[in-house]
Formats: sequence, structure tokens, C-alpha cells
Amino acid sequence: MLNSDRNADADSGKRSIQAPFGAALVKLASDHDDIVGLTADLGKYTDIMPFAAAYPDRYFNVGMAEQNLIAVAAGMAKTGKTPFVTTYGVFATRRAYDFIAVACAHSDLNVKIFGALPGLTTSYGASHQAIEDSALMRAIPGLTVIDPCDASEIMEVVHAAYETPGTVYVRLQRGNVPIALPADYSFKTGKAQIVRKGADIGIISTGISTAHALEAAARLGEAGKSAAVLHVPTLKPFDHAAVIEFAKSFGQLATVENHVKAGGLATQVAECLFDAGIVGKLQRIGLPDAFVEYGSPAYLMDKYGISATKIFEALR
Amino acid sequence: MTGNRTPPDGAAITLLQQRAIQLKKNMLVQARGKGQGYLGQGLGIAELFAAMYFHELRYDPQDMTDPDRDRFLVSTGHYAIALWAAFAEIGIIDPAILPTYGADGGQIDMTTFDAVPGVEMTGGSLGQGLGVAVGIALAHKLDGRSARVFVEISDGEVQEGSTWEAAMSGSAFKLDNLVALVDCNGIQADGAIVMDIEPIAQKWQAFGWDVVEINGNDMAQIIGALNWARAVNQAPKAVILRTKPGKGLPTLEAREKAHFIRVEQNEWHLLVRELEEQNA
Repeated sequence: MLNSDRNADADSGKRSIQAPFGAALVKLASDHDDIVGLTADLGKYTDIMPFAAAYPDRYFNVGMAEQNLIAVAAGMAKTGKTPFVTTYGVFATRRAYDFIAVACAHSDLNVKIFGALPGLTTSYGASHQAIEDSALMRAIPGLTVIDPCDASEIMEVVHAAYETPGTVYVRLQRGNVPIALPADYSFKTGKAQIVRKGADIGIISTGISTAHALEAAARLGEAGKSAAVLHVPTLKPFDHAAVIEFAKSFGQLATVENHVKAGGLATQVAECLFDAGIVGKLQRIGLPDAFVEYGSPAYLMDKYGISATKIFEALR
Repeated sequence: MTGNRTPPDGAAITLLQQRAIQLKKNMLVQARGKGQGYLGQGLGIAELFAAMYFHELRYDPQDMTDPDRDRFLVSTGHYAIALWAAFAEIGIIDPAILPTYGADGGQIDMTTFDAVPGVEMTGGSLGQGLGVAVGIALAHKLDGRSARVFVEISDGEVQEGSTWEAAMSGSAFKLDNLVALVDCNGIQADGAIVMDIEPIAQKWQAFGWDVVEINGNDMAQIIGALNWARAVNQAPKAVILRTKPGKGLPTLEAREKAHFIRVEQNEWHLLVRELEEQNA
């Protein structure tokens, strides 16, 4: 199925899939009548319209009202529905935090929240860039938090979110999403996986940053340094064992994320390793403690040090 | 399933009033064990809770997970005291545990958690109940269930913006299976209503709801409003209940309006006597 959906990204020549979230949700919903789709006036911008077209009776738009979006989803989940909820990550996590915590997570409700525009994947400035959403969601007891890397992984995560009991938050890349992970890679909830082997540098990354880490690792290889990449798509529950085992193998260790370093992957890796008694230098590549300005994702990622080029320069 | 579809006569109203007095006695037992509690709110809403659990709601006390039950969501977590009082009467909890209200490690907390059988939502964070109720009512419409959804919210809660997000969606989704029971007792955490919310009825009307305003301590008016709210006309219903905190206990009614009531140890016998006199 993936092959037929693949098309070439005109800008980069990379393979990609259009609206992978919507395509996967339509397919999943055909097997599960309990799935409903909800959004808050961002249906056209969160790739849920294929679901709305296929199942108009099961699609609800509550208007610009994110607290109610999550409350309604919680109510529907209380009757046995499995709501897939979309909005931008900033609005889900900043505006509706209390509703996710109390109405959903505290009751272990099957609400699956897909927050679009993670980190610097939008040009629209600080109001739209979800730079601290993983940290916020990770702090809520019982939540599952996933930051998929590419189009194929997003499609797998749609299924995994349905299969995972309770409230799930996913950082959603929308539109024409590239394929970046190796062909033999397959998402497993709660599992970190090595997506590139190497001997000199260990890179631990999540989300779209794994794509950039893989590019950087390829260039490091050309420059004579062998870099391995451990992809950590599930930020909660965190795969401590995989991170510890990986970290033990490298003298040079780094984290890369499309998120503020405070409370994100870098913090989680540091906590994990410190708890395990592994104390050493950790190069933390991620966003600073600052709001980021308007600008294209490529420009901003380069300026703030999380592009493939900047990762390569930081690690070589 | 319990639930009475026939309009009650005078004798039935009197029986429901006696139920309300029994709920108030249960609340006194709870608050006395703790020495304090949300007694004012509980006493003020006792008539509504009696009307709901002994007249309006269709449910099986032996199976509060039945998907076809009517649901009564209590958004104000601190009204737990009224919920436990009712649950003791209908057999969901053992009346013997009422004195453990609010005790560390106990079963009946001073707020609500929906893991407890019969509790339809986790209250406490005010402004969440109406939206959750909209979600349940919407799902019932989608599934063609006839079960109805009632949600108690408070006048202070009307100040939360999320209440109005939910009110907007309740009418937009044509949820005539949804009834908001708005307890207007005139107090909130900082005392008498600190931010004007009037005219409440017109606000709900403007959001597309059918509205009736009643004396929320008058059983006949409550039953009449619940009967009115059964109309299947594509509009959600709001019942504005004007209630008196501490209703039925002149000592507490006269006390300065307070969100949280402490009662001295030597006052309890006086309060019980006041209730007994009502029952005579």
C-alpha cells in the first residue's frame, strides 16, 4: 500500500507520502466502528479530511474551542468510542492541558490526540511552533507520547495509537511527509531502535530529527567518523534499557530533537543515564530556552542548530 | 431499571421531599465525621439529587456500567457529599461508611473520581463537566441510544469559558438528550459570586438552549422542570435552579455565605434537631 502512495518530493527528490495520517486513519476506521474523528477548525490543516470524506457521520468539528474538543472526546470515549483528535500541538497542549490531564488521562480514556506542527516544522512563528509539547505531555501521568520520524512511521503510529490503551499524544507532521527511515524499520510502541550502525559517535534522536541525524551521520561517514543513530519515537514510556545499552557503546554521545532541550529527549536521556550511574559528556542538540521567530522550517532549523548540516558540524 | 415516567401526585412529591431530608441527614453524618465539609452546597442541592436518583434517572443500582443507563454527571467535585448521601440510600455504598467522608485512605473522598462505581465523571476542575456531557450525548445520538445525559454545574462554573464552548456545541449538535442543571446558590470559593454572571437564563437562551428557571429547593418545581426537559425537540435544556446554601438548617442558612463550612462539635446536635423538626 505504501508504494502506491509514494510520490517524489519536487524540492528534494526524496520519496514521500501525501497526508499519511489521514490515509492510515481511513483504513483503520474501516475495521473499527468505534473510531470517531474530531477537530477544532483545523480539519483541512491536520490531514483528517480523508476521514471526514469517508465517514462524514463520524466526524465532528467543534469550532475554535480546544478545551471543548478534548472534553467532547473524553465524553465520547466514556461511551466506548475511540476519538482521534486533531489540532495544532500548541493548541492541544497549551490551551487544553487541564482537560487532557483530568478529563482524559486521569480516567485512562482512549483519546488519541494528534498535534500538528511539532517544533520548527511551521513557518508561522512562536504561536504555532509546538516547541515544548513533549515536555508538557510527558509530565502527565499515564500518557503515551510519540514523536514519529517520517510518513511510514506516522501510518504505523495511527494503528499503534489505537492499539495502545489510554490517552496518547502524537506529534504530527502533515502534508507531503518524506520517507526517511530504513525500509526494514518497523515502529514498536515503547521501543527505541538502532536505525544506523556506527562505532565512533552515538546519536540518540526522535521525530523528524532522526531524519536529519541520519543525513548528518552519512556525511560524518564520508568525513571518516562512523556514527550510529538510535531512534526513540516513543518518549513515554521511555525505553531506558535500549538507551543505556546504546550509550555504553560510545565515547561520544549526542541527543538531537526538534523540541526545547529542557524537558525533552535530552533531559530524558540525561535522567536515564544518570539513574543508571552512567555519567559522562552528552552533547545536547535541540532548541534553546527561547521563543523562535517567523521563518521557513529549513531556515529556522539551520539557524537553531538542528538541521542535518548543523548536526554534522556539531559532531564532526 | 428505576425511573418513574408518570407525573407524581402530591403524595409522591411528599415522599421525594422526605428522601431529600434523608439525604441531608446523611450529609450531616458525613460532615460530622470530618468536622467540616461542603455542607452548604450539599444541603442546597439535596432536593435535586433526591429528584434525580428517586424519580427521573433510569438506572440499575446493581449495574452502574449499563450502557443504556441515564447518566448524571456531577461536574462540581465538591458536591461529592450529596452524591455519597444518595449512593448510601440506593445501595451503591454501605451507609456505615458515611462517617469516613474525607478520611485519609477512605472510599468516599471530598471530591469525585470516576473509578468509583456510579460516579460518572471526575469532578474538581470546574468547567469540564458540560463538555464531557456533550461528548456522551453526541455519542448516544450517533449510536441511537435513548439514554439521557444530565450534568449538574454550578453558578461559579458558568464563569469558565469552557462552559460556553460546550454550551455552543450542545445546541449546534442538536442534543435534546442533554440537560444542564445549573445550581445557582450564589456562592463561590471567595464568597458571594465575585464576577457577575447574570442574566444567566438569557445567556443560555442566546446559546440556543431551552431554559426554565425555578426555585431549586421546591420539589414540585424541580419535578415540573425535569418533566419539561424531556421534550424531544432538537434543543438541549438548561434548568436554572435558584438554591439556598444550607437549605433546611436555619442555623446554617443564617451563617455567612461560605464555600466551606466548619461546624463546632457542640453544634451538631442542634443541626440534627433542626432536620428532625422538618420531618415532623
